[in-house]
Amino acid sequence: MIEAENVSKSYNGLVAIDNISFNIRQNELYGFIGPDGSGKTTIFRIISTLLLPDEGKVQVNGFDVVKDYKKIRKIIGYMPGHFSQYPDLSVQENIDFFATIFNTSFNEHYHLIKEIYEQLEPFKNRPAGKLSGGMKQKLALCCALIHKPEILILDEPTTGVDAVSRYEFWILLKKIRSSGITVIVSTPYMDEASLCDRVALIQKGNILKVDIPQNIIASFDDPLFAIVSDNNYRVKKLLFNSELCLNVYLFGKEIHFIPKHGINDELITTFLQNAGVLNFKLSKINPTIEDYFIKNMV
Amino acid sequence: MDNIISVKNLTKKFGTFTANDNLTFDVKKGEIFGFLGANGAGKTTAIRILCGLLKPTSGNAVVAGYDVYYESEKIKQNIGYMSQRFSLYEDMTIEENIQFFATVYGLNKKEIKTKTVELIEKYNLYDVKNTAIREIPLGWKQKLAFLIATFHNPSIVFLDEPTSGVDPLTRRQFWEIIYSTAEEGTTIFVTTHYMDEAEYCHRVCIMSEGKIMAIGSPVELIDQYNVSNMNEVFYKIARNYYN
Repeated sequence: MIEAENVSKSYNGLVAIDNISFNIRQNELYGFIGPDGSGKTTIFRIISTLLLPDEGKVQVNGFDVVKDYKKIRKIIGYMPGHFSQYPDLSVQENIDFFATIFNTSFNEHYHLIKEIYEQLEPFKNRPAGKLSGGMKQKLALCCALIHKPEILILDEPTTGVDAVSRYEFWILLKKIRSSGITVIVSTPYMDEASLCDRVALIQKGNILKVDIPQNIIASFDDPLFAIVSDNNYRVKKLLFNSELCLNVYLFGKEIHFIPKHGINDELITTFLQNAGVLNFKLSKINPTIEDYFIKNMV
Repeated sequence: MDNIISVKNLTKKFGTFTANDNLTFDVKKGEIFGFLGANGAGKTTAIRILCGLLKPTSGNAVVAGYDVYYESEKIKQNIGYMSQRFSLYEDMTIEENIQFFATVYGLNKKEIKTKTVELIEKYNLYDVKNTAIREIPLGWKQKLAFLIATFHNPSIVFLDEPTSGVDPLTRRQFWEIIYSTAEEGTTIFVTTHYMDEAEYCHRVCIMSEGKIMAIGSPVELIDQYNVSNMNEVFYKIARNYYN
C-alpha cells in the first residue's frame, strides 16, 4: 500500500529523517513509535504529499508522492498532530465542509463515523474551537474519515491524552481498521506498540526495527530481572555502581536490571543482601517494547 | 512530617460549572506527590489555585505557609513552576535563559553569577551554554526547564506533564533529577499521563469530574483496587465513574 525507499529530509542542514525505507501493507494497523523529534511527523507529511522528500522514492497505492499528489490526496485521510479544524465553524459545519471538498455528503459515508458522531451530536452546533480536548479529537477523526479514505494517517492522536481515553481511542482505531481502511499512526507512548499489527521503532531520524510487536520482544535476548524494594531509587544506584551491571533503570514500581553475562539470580540476591537491602523481591521477567527501545537507543 | 500544602473543602466554580468540587488533601514536606486525572478532570484549575494564580470560590488552601486568598504574591516567591507548553525562551541561549529566570526570581547579581557557573558545571553544559534553546533536543530542554524552575531553591515545585513526548531514557533521567531534588527536601507536585511515572510518586491523588476519587501511595491503591499496577487503578476509577 505504501512503499518508501531510501527517503531523506533535512531542514536547513538539520537531518529529520535519514535514508529510511519501509512498506505498509493493505489494511494494516501500522505504528511509528518514537519520541519527540524522531522524525515521525516528517514521514507523515511526506506520505500525505504535504512535504517533498530531498531524496528517495515514496509510493502510495502505486502513486508517486511527487508526481501524483492529487490522486493520493483523494484516497487518504490525514489527522495532523495539532487541532486543524475551523474553530469558528460548528461541529456540523466542519464535517459538512470536509465532505463537500471531497465531493461527497455527510450522509453518504455516515455509517463510517456513526459511532464517533453520536458522541459529538449533543455539541453539533457548538463552534469547534469551544470543544473539550477529547471532543476536538473526535471531530478531527470524523473530518478525516468522511470521504471514506483508503488510508487513514494519524499523527500522535493520543499525545497528552489520559490513559483511559488513550485506550478507548485505540479500540476505535481497531474498528476503523476492521472496516477495511489501512491505518497509520504515530505515538511517543511505547505501551501502545503492542496494539499495532506492525510497528517501526524510530529514533533520531532512523528506523531501529520494523516487526510485529511479539517478534520485537522475542528478539530481546538478554536476561531481564525485575526488582521491587522499599527504596527503588537507592537500589538502582547500588546496582548501577556494581560489577554486576550491564544496564539498570527504573520501570514504574519496579527496577529493571540486565546483569552482565553469567550473573544469575543467586549472585544478585547475595549482592543486595550484602549491600544491606533487606526487603526486596527479585524475579525474571519478559521484556516490553520499552525495554527493547531503551536497549537499542543510539 | 509537616504539611507543605494543606487543602480543605476547596471549591472553584466558573459560572455554573464546578471545576473543583470540595477538595481536601495534604502534601507533606519532601514528598513526590502525583496529581492524576483524565483531561478536563480539574487538575489545571487546582494547580493554578495552589500557585496563587486563581482565587478559590470557597474552602481553604495554604501553600508553603501562605494563604491562597491573601498571600498569593508570597506563594509565587516560594514555589517553582514548570508548565507543559511553555518553559523556556526558544530564541535565547541556555545561559541567557538561566540568567533571565534567576533575575525574575529575584536573585542578586552575585548569586546569579555563582549559581549559573554551578549549574553549567554540574550538568556539563559548558560546550552548549551559548546554544539557542530551539536547537537542543526536547529531553534536554525539559531537564533544563526543571533545573531553572528549582534554581531559587523553592520549597515546592509544580510540574505540569514535564515528560510528555520525551524519549524513554531521558524520561528516566528526568525522574532521577526529581528524586535527588526531593531528597534535598524540595517537595514535588507533578502531573503525568504516564502510569509508570505515577508509580514513581510517593503518593498520588486521582481526580475525576472535579472530585478526588482516590488518594494514597501507589502500593496502597494497587492493593485497595485489587489490581497489578497504577494503569489498572486509573482505568477502574475512570470506568466506575462512567458506569
